[in-house]
Amino acid sequence: MSTLIEGLFNGISIGSVLLIAALGLAIVFGLMGVINLAHGELMMLGAYATFVVQNVFKPLGEPWFSFYIIAAIPVAFIVSAIFGLILERGAIRFLYGRPLETLLATWGVSLILQQFVRSVNWLLIICLGIFCLLFFGGMQLLKSRADWESMRTKIVSLLLPLAAGVAIAFYFLLSQNSALTNAWFSARNVDVTAPAWLRGGVEVLGFQMPYARLFIIALTILCLMGVYWFLQRSAWGLRIRSVTQNRTMSSCLGIPTAKVDALTFALGSGLAGIAGCAVSLLGSVGPNTGQNYIIDTFMVVVVGGVGNLLGAVIAALGIGILNYLIGSGTLALFLTTISAPQSMIDFFLFFATSSMAKVMVFALIIIFLQIKPAGLFPQKGRTAEL
Amino acid sequence: MSQLGRRKFLLYSSTGVLASLLLKGCADAGGGDTAANTEAATTETAAADGIKVGILHSLSGTMAISETTVVDAEMMAIDEINAAGGLLGKQIIPIQEDGASDWSTFAEKAAKLIDQDKVVTVFGCWTSASRKAVLPVFESKNHMLWYPVQYEGQECSKNVFYTGAAPNQQIEPAVDWLLENKGKEFFLVGSDYVFPRTANTVIKEQLAANGGTVVGEDYLPLGDTEVTSIITKIRVALPDGGVIFNSLNGDTNVAFFKQMQGAGLSPEQYPVMSVSVAEEEVKQIGPEYLQGHYAAWNYFQTVESPQNDKFVTAFKSKYGEDRVTNDPMEAAYIMVYLWKQAVEQAGTTDLEPVRAAAVGQKFAAPEGQVTMQPNHHISKTVRIGEVREDGLFDIVWSTEGPLEPVPWNQYVKETKGFACDWTDPNKGGKYKAA
Repeated sequence: MSTLIEGLFNGISIGSVLLIAALGLAIVFGLMGVINLAHGELMMLGAYATFVVQNVFKPLGEPWFSFYIIAAIPVAFIVSAIFGLILERGAIRFLYGRPLETLLATWGVSLILQQFVRSVNWLLIICLGIFCLLFFGGMQLLKSRADWESMRTKIVSLLLPLAAGVAIAFYFLLSQNSALTNAWFSARNVDVTAPAWLRGGVEVLGFQMPYARLFIIALTILCLMGVYWFLQRSAWGLRIRSVTQNRTMSSCLGIPTAKVDALTFALGSGLAGIAGCAVSLLGSVGPNTGQNYIIDTFMVVVVGGVGNLLGAVIAALGIGILNYLIGSGTLALFLTTISAPQSMIDFFLFFATSSMAKVMVFALIIIFLQIKPAGLFPQKGRTAEL
Repeated sequence: MSQLGRRKFLLYSSTGVLASLLLKGCADAGGGDTAANTEAATTETAAADGIKVGILHSLSGTMAISETTVVDAEMMAIDEINAAGGLLGKQIIPIQEDGASDWSTFAEKAAKLIDQDKVVTVFGCWTSASRKAVLPVFESKNHMLWYPVQYEGQECSKNVFYTGAAPNQQIEPAVDWLLENKGKEFFLVGSDYVFPRTANTVIKEQLAANGGTVVGEDYLPLGDTEVTSIITKIRVALPDGGVIFNSLNGDTNVAFFKQMQGAGLSPEQYPVMSVSVAEEEVKQIGPEYLQGHYAAWNYFQTVESPQNDKFVTAFKSKYGEDRVTNDPMEAAYIMVYLWKQAVEQAGTTDLEPVRAAAVGQKFAAPEGQVTMQPNHHISKTVRIGEVREDGLFDIVWSTEGPLEPVPWNQYVKETKGFACDWTDPNKGGKYKAA
């Protein structure tokens, strides 16, 4: 009995990490069809936001420091959502319906974001600010001119080098000042320490449930309920669903589709930020953090099926439980107790290491996708391309 | 963005998954840190008739985090020597090349340093994979590499000087100490690549010879952060506590220690001995999670000696108060000095005289007296440290004096009885001793 509950709990805790990481992608990829390879990096930004909040709360001392993680969740959401919004407005909206270009663009963005956290310092921020101010400010000013449309190319080709030149000049001017050029985070991993009440765990039936895991499970459920409520019960959720079902018709009916796209993408990105905050309790926070989750998140969404939150939930829990049962050797142990054939026990014992469990789960997923190519819950109806 | 049909969905999703795999692969090698590059530029202005040495480490990519710290230590040693009047009356000119965490790039850059820049020696490499990649280059050109990191042994090249620990100077004493003080039942955890697997083979042989038992072992893919199933295995294999020998590398350590604590595996019951966790890593994992666990190295920042005080002070004043020193950095620092002494004794920078003069060089290092042995490894003091609250180590045990290096492992059947001696032309890299 205790083994069963322990297995279930551990499987669910692995699954909840997968699910919270995949939830944002289920919206961005599932609902909008955007292959966002920068999803992992949006998680990483959330994790770094958690790190910053932790350092802000540190000097406040107890009891404030104990609750920094509560404050970090909305901050991580907002930071990632803003980056997601910039990403959607700046790049992805030009690429809708062109998956391969989106894929390359978001890959590029993911590399840029990784390098950004490695080398970000005040100087870089100042120069970026100067560039944005000059370029976008200038564009805004000149937009009011009557001959804007005809002058557009000329203005851009003049403003762009000008703004870039001024920003770069500032960079070299200020680069002697070491207070400005000290990297905020550097390429090293940073240390996010869970508050004392999230370390340790509670003893149940002879095994310990880590508080951090319980926290993540609770957070995942909260996020799920929030997303469900938002999509099913709110006005914007209704618009999002209508746009994903029939864009042209929604547009005809007066729904601002561009705004809906931006909102949906920001929501998905923000959820990635929360996921980043959650995984910082379990793993490392560094420029490569996002890379560790990107494959798993895509896997969950693909197995779950397009645009279906329930599919993602079942897929994440299924993959988590399977991974745990095989990897920890629980399955092999169970087969021994019911005196299964020796060859079968040996087979599962062979796969009972962390590396081999992954191999087996991947193989099972491939077989599953042969039988159900569109995932657990494929889209049905006349509009679904079959 | 109309309806996403089954076919399109399949196409997109499979490209998505494939691309994410690709991205992960590339990003592990890509990205980078350019901070160290700026220093190379300033040395260009040095005197033209200086002595050129190569520095070959990853300044970008996944290994940059560790290797740039070693570059810092090497640059500090070179700057100190130059400030004290240089070598043979000339300034040392370091030429930095970026191995980019990519093993074939390492070989390429090594050849470039030797052929194009005509350096007199190269200080470089961190991973065993990069060392194995440059080895043919140094051997075919009969050149000289100084290698500063602890490694798995089973190698002894005429063209390499190893200033990190051989297995008998780190892993073997650690296992002996654990057997004596912490228990006979071991669980082995490691990253899934050559160093942990080789190290664990050695440990298993050693335990079998000394009355210990291995109750389980598991390997995690590099970069994996899900360790729940390993923790279950540990609890099943060691219900009443026991020793965990940890050769995990990189990010996985963070996940491992955070989740160990969450699952209630305390250092009192389940002491973990790590061989890849030093001061720098403790800082990144968070001392709260590591306090009470152990690490085995030759050097800790907390070693008490005048040489170490000088080293730590000099390092902190050069690179900042918040920096820490660790074992590979110290090994990198002393190898520059050992080379300098060899050049001074030989009176020239020519390869063969320097190689001959290097053997027998003694240096009062921060870790204590070290001596270059005929097998091109150095004798080192071995220490075991316990992580304390501030993230540094309390040294709980150390050998009486420096330990002689044994590159060919005496517990493994294939290499038992072999030794290495480059001072005797009849013996060479691998000969049957006794």
